[in-house]
Amino acid sequence: MPVRENVVIRTVSRLAVPFIQVFALYVIVHGASGAGGGFQGGVVFAASFVLMVIAFGLGSVRKRIDNRGFMICSVLGIFAYAGIGFLCLLFAGNYLEYGAIEAALGIPHLHGLLIDVVEAGIGINVMAVMTSIIYDIAEQRGKSL
Amino acid sequence: MKKLALIAVLFIGIILFWAVEDMPAFGDPEAPATRYTGELYIRSALHDVGIENIVTAILASYRGFDTLGEVVVIFTAGISVSLLLRRGGCL
Repeated sequence: MPVRENVVIRTVSRLAVPFIQVFALYVIVHGASGAGGGFQGGVVFAASFVLMVIAFGLGSVRKRIDNRGFMICSVLGIFAYAGIGFLCLLFAGNYLEYGAIEAALGIPHLHGLLIDVVEAGIGINVMAVMTSIIYDIAEQRGKSL
Repeated sequence: MKKLALIAVLFIGIILFWAVEDMPAFGDPEAPATRYTGELYIRSALHDVGIENIVTAILASYRGFDTLGEVVVIFTAGISVSLLLRRGGCL
């Protein structure tokens, strides 16, 4: 059952969801220089979708992004990771040898930036898979949730 | 049956507590886990990878292929759950 009639939960989650999502992006981007990373940030991002499903119901969240969109997102996350690996092959390195791109282009700190892209791919993949599972479970328990 | 289970639990518990004595002390610099590869990573991670977080350096750079496999495992698990729970529907 959606808690559609409870105005407190709806208002609080409407306020909290943007902050949770910004915090998730911070955790993903901060993975190279502090505590954080793609797996943790992806789970925090998925938690914001879970809060939206609880507060507004599955139907209204699914209007914004549906199962198909999440599946495309998860594939894109893996492609971002594996694509960086193949990019290293193009610059005459081993698979996932980021140092080859940095040496070929001569840009300093490119190694860390490529790790950020890889972490973002992990985060997108984890977020999409977690939310897709939550969608399936919520649908299984009856169409109304 | 319950008594047998209790005896088994106590037996395994005593063995585990017995083994605790042999574990290294918390934060011991001479422990085997911190002496060989750990010291190597701490010395060379910033120079090799160029980022401050050693955990991310190991996860995404030294062990990058392993992490790619982990991400594929998560993706496969998501596909499997979708196929099990969403019978007959399309992905």
